[in-house]
Amino acid sequence: MNENTETFELEALQKRDRAVFAQVLDQNSDRIYRLGLKMLGNVQDAEDILQETFIKAFNNIDQFEGRSKISTWLYRIAVNESLMLLRKRKGNTIQLDAPLETDEGDLIPRQIVDWCCLPEKELMNTETRDHIQEAVKTLSDANRAAFILRDVEGLSTQETAEALDISESAVKVRLMRARMQLREELTAFFAGKMIKETL
Amino acid sequence: MTHEHDLTCQNIIENLNAYIDGELDDVLCTEIEAHIQSCPDCRIVVNTLKKTIELCKNADSETSLPAETRHRLFAKLNLEDYDKKD
Ligand SMILES: [Zn+2]
Repeated sequence: MNENTETFELEALQKRDRAVFAQVLDQNSDRIYRLGLKMLGNVQDAEDILQETFIKAFNNIDQFEGRSKISTWLYRIAVNESLMLLRKRKGNTIQLDAPLETDEGDLIPRQIVDWCCLPEKELMNTETRDHIQEAVKTLSDANRAAFILRDVEGLSTQETAEALDISESAVKVRLMRARMQLREELTAFFAGKMIKETL
Repeated sequence: MTHEHDLTCQNIIENLNAYIDGELDDVLCTEIEAHIQSCPDCRIVVNTLKKTIELCKNADSETSLPAETRHRLFAKLNLEDYDKKD
């Protein structure tokens, strides 16, 4: 989205122009739905997050000052909604700004297997896709949020920090943990496949 | 850091994220690339990590809003008249 579009939207948004609300909805509903799906892991919760996010956003549109992209602001609401729902489900507290675990063990690569050579059809079939979805679910909620925004949705480190309301260095730590954990998960998965192939 | 002072595997791991995201200065980047050339373990970690990110990104790229969910969303926000698709 270029700056002109954002400027135009901001003025019309503040006037609560329905056509612009619809435009914002149209341009952002897919990404907010994907975030909900990845954070909560099922379509019903993803739809609840989606609706709640836009209801909150439009009710509080006067709080959007146009300093960040509207998508970043929407992600921020959606992340908070997701964490609230997860908290309700799990009955515990999840804080994005919670102190990082002191255990650095999860940053040391454990499995060294070169599975990049596997054929594309092995790397991207339905079974792999399902496994990736399960692997993403095993991440901690805070690390998962950072990973989805930065690596799946393609936000910059700064935008991710804004959306999560944490520092850029905290984003980098969470992202590293998420990436390394996923690498281990996928390595175990593909190594299993490589062994089967050689048997 | 002098040219004789080679990076250790631990140095690579510490800078892995920044290296993959292209956030390192040229000097460190070149040193990491030199290490990776001569260290198979680090090379595998870098390559599988890059591939992991790529696969996770691609696994999700085609997810978009189901039509029914979209209709309910527009209705919930009293914007049915702008729900033109389908
Ligand atoms: Zn090494």
